[in-house]
Amino acid sequence: MAIISLAGVDIDVWEGGSGPPLLFLHGAGGFRPGPAYLDLIGKHRRIIAPSHPGWGLSGLTDWMTRPDDIAHLYLELLDRLGIPQLDIVGTSFGGWVAAELATMQPQRVRRLVLVAPAGVKTGSREELDIPDMFATPAADIEKMLYVEPEKFRPDPAKMTDEELRIMLRNRESFALFAWEPYLHNPKLPHRLHRVTCPTLFLRGAHDGLISAAYTERYAALLPNARTVTLPNAAHVPQMEQPEAFCETVLSFLNSEG
Amino acid sequence: MRAWHFSETAYHLLPPAETYDSIRVSLPNKHYDPAKGADLYHRFLDEWLLAEDEGLDIMLNEHHQTATCVDPAAPLMLSILARQSHKARLLILGNPIANRNQPIRVAEEMAMIDVISRGRLEAGFVRGVPYEISPANSNPVRMNERQWEALDMIVKALTHHDGPMSFEGRFFHNRAINIWPRPYQTPHPPIWISTTSPAGAARVGERGYIQATFLTGFDGTKAIFDSYRSAWKAAGRGDDMPLDRLAYAAMVYVGETEAEAYAGAEKLLWYVTSNKVPPHFAQPPGYVPVEAGVKMLRGAEHPLSAFAKAATVEGAIKAGIMMAGTPDQVVQQIKAVYDHVGGFGHLLNMGQAGFLEHDETVRGIKLFAREVYPALQGW
Repeated sequence: MAIISLAGVDIDVWEGGSGPPLLFLHGAGGFRPGPAYLDLIGKHRRIIAPSHPGWGLSGLTDWMTRPDDIAHLYLELLDRLGIPQLDIVGTSFGGWVAAELATMQPQRVRRLVLVAPAGVKTGSREELDIPDMFATPAADIEKMLYVEPEKFRPDPAKMTDEELRIMLRNRESFALFAWEPYLHNPKLPHRLHRVTCPTLFLRGAHDGLISAAYTERYAALLPNARTVTLPNAAHVPQMEQPEAFCETVLSFLNSEG
Repeated sequence: MRAWHFSETAYHLLPPAETYDSIRVSLPNKHYDPAKGADLYHRFLDEWLLAEDEGLDIMLNEHHQTATCVDPAAPLMLSILARQSHKARLLILGNPIANRNQPIRVAEEMAMIDVISRGRLEAGFVRGVPYEISPANSNPVRMNERQWEALDMIVKALTHHDGPMSFEGRFFHNRAINIWPRPYQTPHPPIWISTTSPAGAARVGERGYIQATFLTGFDGTKAIFDSYRSAWKAAGRGDDMPLDRLAYAAMVYVGETEAEAYAGAEKLLWYVTSNKVPPHFAQPPGYVPVEAGVKMLRGAEHPLSAFAKAATVEGAIKAGIMMAGTPDQVVQQIKAVYDHVGGFGHLLNMGQAGFLEHDETVRGIKLFAREVYPALQGW
């Protein structure tokens, strides 16, 4: 972990693995080193994983309100690290940030993986594309996130105060950035056609938040995107099916054409 | 000491609580019968006017998508009272300005009511309770900042009279602020802010606005008032802070006998016991500071929520959130909190709630006004 100051914001950047660079953008729950998927991908890629502003140990400033603010920050991060082009994997909320970033500098993205991404509104104004996470009981949310929620349920009694602080701050920052328009940027669909790199939309078959129809409509906004569904996983396939997840992601990143 | 009659204008005619998840935000409005609702609105307006006749002032508030307080546009209710009442001060406590997109519209509403009532408006502003977030689709993060910026804009709109001026803040922007009418009172109606934390009170004290609390009891209120007094003095306003800067809120019911008072007070407790709200509405992310959130995850509970689990009239009196009894007893109860918190200039009486019927409410108001209120004069 290293703190890098970007536009006056201290960002906590984790690096691991070796190989060509890969920017990993975490979801609403934040980033923690340790899970198997990081080791599996790290065997083939140098992973650069910043904690978004307001998440983990990263700072936050007053002017930041939307995910495109975060994307601008990460373009500066890539400048700072001297990386002209790289692969990007964004999960959930991080997929939204990745999509924003890719529209800003399409040439910077070699290949793009969006795992159950938010970011666009594809359906009718009369219905939510994504269930309202802020108006749903926690017991229902965890079933949308995981096939086996009991394996991933946080237990405050076993967490340190610092861990609780980070969890609560992550939730707060997610609300700040995702609140309105809810989990989407109305302008993003009109910018995604510029993202011409090969793009993979990856979704767990049991995802209760990001539906198959939403994923298909989202992918159709990019000229060179395909979709893959992973069985026995919900919204967080990298945690529930790390081997299948990494195999799919790496085979996409390593393929030609 | 001024006393204010306050009712949340609840719609209490609900199905059994076990049949719904939440009395706020998501309770379907099919449970609201507009015919009964109309009767209730007229009844509550009558009660405020009767309180005025008895010498009390008038207070109302605003909540959204809830049966506990069917007053989602409090300035509308207050505008009726501005016309129908004649002498009472009219306190709206308050405008939930962290959740209003147009502060200038709020300034216009306040100015209109002030003019119609010929200068009787007391303009209160609140951040809004957590359950107001969803109905307003309002971001729970940075609410305090929005509240204070909105208030600055409103005060600017109320106090400038020489044509259009601008305000470009973090959250709110107008390039041509020039409200008509301007307020009746100069420089503006008295401003009240409600808060339940000492940190919030420090900001109110610094600016010298009137500090209201809401069912914060003996110790909670003392901490808030102490913080207010310190900030008031630190801002260079002198050592003698007038008591009219502070307002204490409690459920109040006076009876001829203790038994009669307790029977009425028992019905008032509906206000705390009916507040069934699930955590995703009661604790939106970012509403409380992270440190407070950690304490809650470690088992800390809001004092009022803890009280509601085993609410009794005796317990409420002991906690300082209720005054109930014979006139003498109620005077003593008020005296006890008054001395404990260092005095206050306003008593905000929740004199009606839940199943307390009209005749019972009227009896309580009259007994308070005639037998208790005179004893509070000169405090």
